[in-house]
Amino acid sequence: MTRPSVKQVWEWLETIPDPEIPVITIVDLGIVRDVAFDGDTCVVAVTPTYSGCPATSMINMDIETCLRDHGLDKIRLRQQISPAWTTDWMSQKARSALEDYGIAPPQPAGGPQRCPRCGGDHLEKLSQFGSTPCKAQWRCRNCLEPFEYFKCI
Amino acid sequence: MAADTEKLLQFLLRTGDNTLVLSHRVSEWCGHSPILEEDIALANTALDLIGQAQMWLGYAAQVQGDGKSADDLAFLRDAWDFRNVLLCELPNGDFGRTLLRQFLFDAYQSVLMGRLIKSSDETVAGIAAKASKEVAYHVERSADTVVGLGDGTAESHKRMQVALDYLWPYVGEMFESDAVDTAMAEAGIAPDPASLRADFDALVGRVLAEATLTRPDSPFTHKGGRTGRMHTEHLGHMLANMQWLQRAYPGCEW
Repeated sequence: MTRPSVKQVWEWLETIPDPEIPVITIVDLGIVRDVAFDGDTCVVAVTPTYSGCPATSMINMDIETCLRDHGLDKIRLRQQISPAWTTDWMSQKARSALEDYGIAPPQPAGGPQRCPRCGGDHLEKLSQFGSTPCKAQWRCRNCLEPFEYFKCI
Repeated sequence: MAADTEKLLQFLLRTGDNTLVLSHRVSEWCGHSPILEEDIALANTALDLIGQAQMWLGYAAQVQGDGKSADDLAFLRDAWDFRNVLLCELPNGDFGRTLLRQFLFDAYQSVLMGRLIKSSDETVAGIAAKASKEVAYHVERSADTVVGLGDGTAESHKRMQVALDYLWPYVGEMFESDAVDTAMAEAGIAPDPASLRADFDALVGRVLAEATLTRPDSPFTHKGGRTGRMHTEHLGHMLANMQWLQRAYPGCEW
């Protein structure tokens, strides 16, 4: 096949959902750091959110599958740990999608701004950790519902 | 192997084995914690630590340069080749002791990672920058829990003081220096551990005071883990569990 453009590869990657939070894509999450061609090999640089996040290997597999499905057969994934991932790299689109999904998006203040269900701002932290390394558990004291907060790092 | 390379390898093994061994200890709580939120928190802490271990031991394997991987280092070495401080390999004890040990280690890590970010070795600096974000989160939680339990009920206070008296003699080893540390400090790769002590004491002193716990004043220190001279009897038992699968089915993958 003719070599696709780097822009085309980014568009393909844009369609890969995060395995844990399927409403956002891996590009929205900011973990795809670079796409380039080394000769005819497509090199994708990926950075982990948390160093031990078990979704990392799943994401790598999804990237490879996606690119193969689009006809690329020479693919190399490069793990890039520096600069370290930060929630600042998450797109605005992803933040809104998270909130619609019931997960409060990261805030520089270190806690959720409002309840993703009722919009209430009377909130309390239940635990610093949640169902994945990137989230914490909070509760809204207005609607009394627990919810997850995407930690700001 | 050149002398410099050998020393860098020792430094990486020490740093990586601390997180690997503590990660396994913390993971032993999975499914046993007092409440669900704590169970999840401990499992997440263990996960971060194993991630850090992968980075440190991955780099160690690369420096060693004989084609081995982080997995080989984790699963195919025996107790005498581990370079973690004894504090990390001690059995968990009760929940309070586990969290107090976690706090002492997190406090040390938070001071160390802050320095390693400026390492002259780019890979070390990169790993430290990644790890430091997780460590900052860990120390916040473990410090809160130590205060909550120390300044809690009469029973929780008593248990935390007993835990502190038990763990304190293992703290000093983290700040011991030898030829490896001198070489790392001279090359600007890592700070001399002794130079971390003042910041550690300030942080720990603040939290223990708030937790109404009394820091033992004995200078006695158990040591031998980070030099590999002598581990406690506990490490071998832990590894027998941790490495069982790779020992029984060498090379097994899934």
